[in-house]
Amino acid sequence: MLMGLFNNWVVIVLMMSGLYIVIAHGNLIKKLVGLTIFQTSVFIFYISMAKVNGGSAPILSENISLYSNPLPHVLILTAIVVGIATTALGLSLVVRLKESYGTIEEEEIQRQDNQQNQALNKERDK
Amino acid sequence: MITHLPILQVVIPLMAAPICLILKRPQLAWIFALAVSGLAFAISLVLLQQVMVSGVISYELGGWQAPWGIEYRIDQLNALMLLIISTISTIVLFAAPESLDKEISKDKHTYFYVLYLLSLTGMLGIVATGDAFNVFVFLEITSLSAYALIAMGKKKQAVWASFQYLVMGTIGATFILIGIGLMYQMTGTLNMQDLAQRLPEVSQTRTVFTAFAFVIVGVCLKLAMFPLHLWLPNAYAYAPSIVTAFFSATSTKVAIYLLIRFTFSVFGLSFSFTTVPLQTLFMTLGVLGIFVASISAIYQHNIKHLFAYSSIAQIGYMIVGFSISSVSGLTATLLHLFNHALMKSAIFLALAAVAYRVGNVQLDNLKGLGREMPWTMAAIVIGGLSLIGVPLTVGFVSKWYLLTALIEQGWWPIAVLILLGSMLAVIYVWKVVEIAYFKESSGAPVKEAPLSFLIPIWTLVIANVYFGIDTRFSVEIAQAAAQSLFGGGL
Repeated sequence: MLMGLFNNWVVIVLMMSGLYIVIAHGNLIKKLVGLTIFQTSVFIFYISMAKVNGGSAPILSENISLYSNPLPHVLILTAIVVGIATTALGLSLVVRLKESYGTIEEEEIQRQDNQQNQALNKERDK
Repeated sequence: MITHLPILQVVIPLMAAPICLILKRPQLAWIFALAVSGLAFAISLVLLQQVMVSGVISYELGGWQAPWGIEYRIDQLNALMLLIISTISTIVLFAAPESLDKEISKDKHTYFYVLYLLSLTGMLGIVATGDAFNVFVFLEITSLSAYALIAMGKKKQAVWASFQYLVMGTIGATFILIGIGLMYQMTGTLNMQDLAQRLPEVSQTRTVFTAFAFVIVGVCLKLAMFPLHLWLPNAYAYAPSIVTAFFSATSTKVAIYLLIRFTFSVFGLSFSFTTVPLQTLFMTLGVLGIFVASISAIYQHNIKHLFAYSSIAQIGYMIVGFSISSVSGLTATLLHLFNHALMKSAIFLALAAVAYRVGNVQLDNLKGLGREMPWTMAAIVIGGLSLIGVPLTVGFVSKWYLLTALIEQGWWPIAVLILLGSMLAVIYVWKVVEIAYFKESSGAPVKEAPLSFLIPIWTLVIANVYFGIDTRFSVEIAQAAAQSLFGGGL
């Protein structure tokens, strides 16, 4: 049970810790790290799904009759590219946030936004 | 040529995006993007006409047969969605150059059009494809370009809104990916039609339940269903006005399409609504969404925020119609999907014109605008009336169908709640009207918006009224689509 589903356990642990990091951490870089771990868990999930017991690598050869399924590998190659694009875009947004807010802490950004809103409201009341 | 239309619909904007980058000059890029979007519109019209006449179109990508290759499948629902997306995209683009001049620095205009076309590609792709994994890929194309487009907003909050959307959107998309993976694990197929045939055999397994949960939650994150809507108000409010006008009419609608496609076609009606108690859950969340979002809308000082919350409320109506799970309920949802796209794009485009003249869209700066920009404000008023659901506007038609569908099932309390929800819309629309028409202007007077705004805005407004009176076209398609969804499979 434990060993037979070893990959699945790894997937679940990574998935949950990734999601937890995204939710629990205020640092934007850490959030992105969490997001990446979360996505990576799905990559592992797809790749382990493709394994056929006793199957060989999916390269056509005369003396092999059982192959692993190559399709999930191809699918996840696409998802990996998407993941990289997301991370790159996320990081570049963090750079711009740092430039305009001077911080990469969620709480601090929220505080600055709230302050600005309060200032606007005060002006309105006058 | 004509047989290749389903793929051309998606590939033309995709190929056009990098060409835009080569064109470099913003003016040229704009004309090119407009032409491409117009072409996409023409294709979607032909596709719709073909589907209505001769039924479902199936296209095999690269000639690979369906369950193995990727299949593009256009039925009434797809054709309707393609038409909505490409129409709104084309109309909104007309006003783009002026609006961008004020909101985005000149050297970034070309990039804007590139991203705009990519996001258009993604949405058209999600709708056209009949392959579950392909949906994920196009979803990410749309989302990634959307994050970048939103971050182009003038204020620094735009970047923060974009980042929050990125985190939520990626979680949503990854959830969908997990769901698709679990489905593949159980059935060995990714083709939606094939999935629909194979899933019932294994529908009582925990894996399929898990897949269903992941897909639904992922899609609901994307469609900003209450209580997963928190990313939307800021993303809409701080994005460049043109982007808001485009997305408010299309991006959440595409997610609703996915919700309908996955629940009705892929998992099937009996699984989604009998095995899983989706009805109670969605009905409750839909009604709650209407109230929470409408009440939040009343307390906003930024009009874009106000109408963004109103969008969430309108999604609530669609979810209610969806959760009735009858032909008439689904018809109401599809009608509202079409109608809401018309209202919200008209309103947000008018707000783009306000932002162009006034510089921002704070409620206080609207004072006296009813006299200074009569045409623009009249458009907002008609759009607002449509949101409330006043007769002779499209809003009335969809609310009418929704109420009839609810009463058909004997759900009076929900029908009453829907009407109460519309009352809340009266309050927030009135807030805008009151300030624009009954308050003296405080600052320097502003001129009416230029024609490049007024023409697209009023095209949409006239559509709002036209489809509110002559409902044959929209109702016929919505009904045909709803019936085909209930008629078993794709």
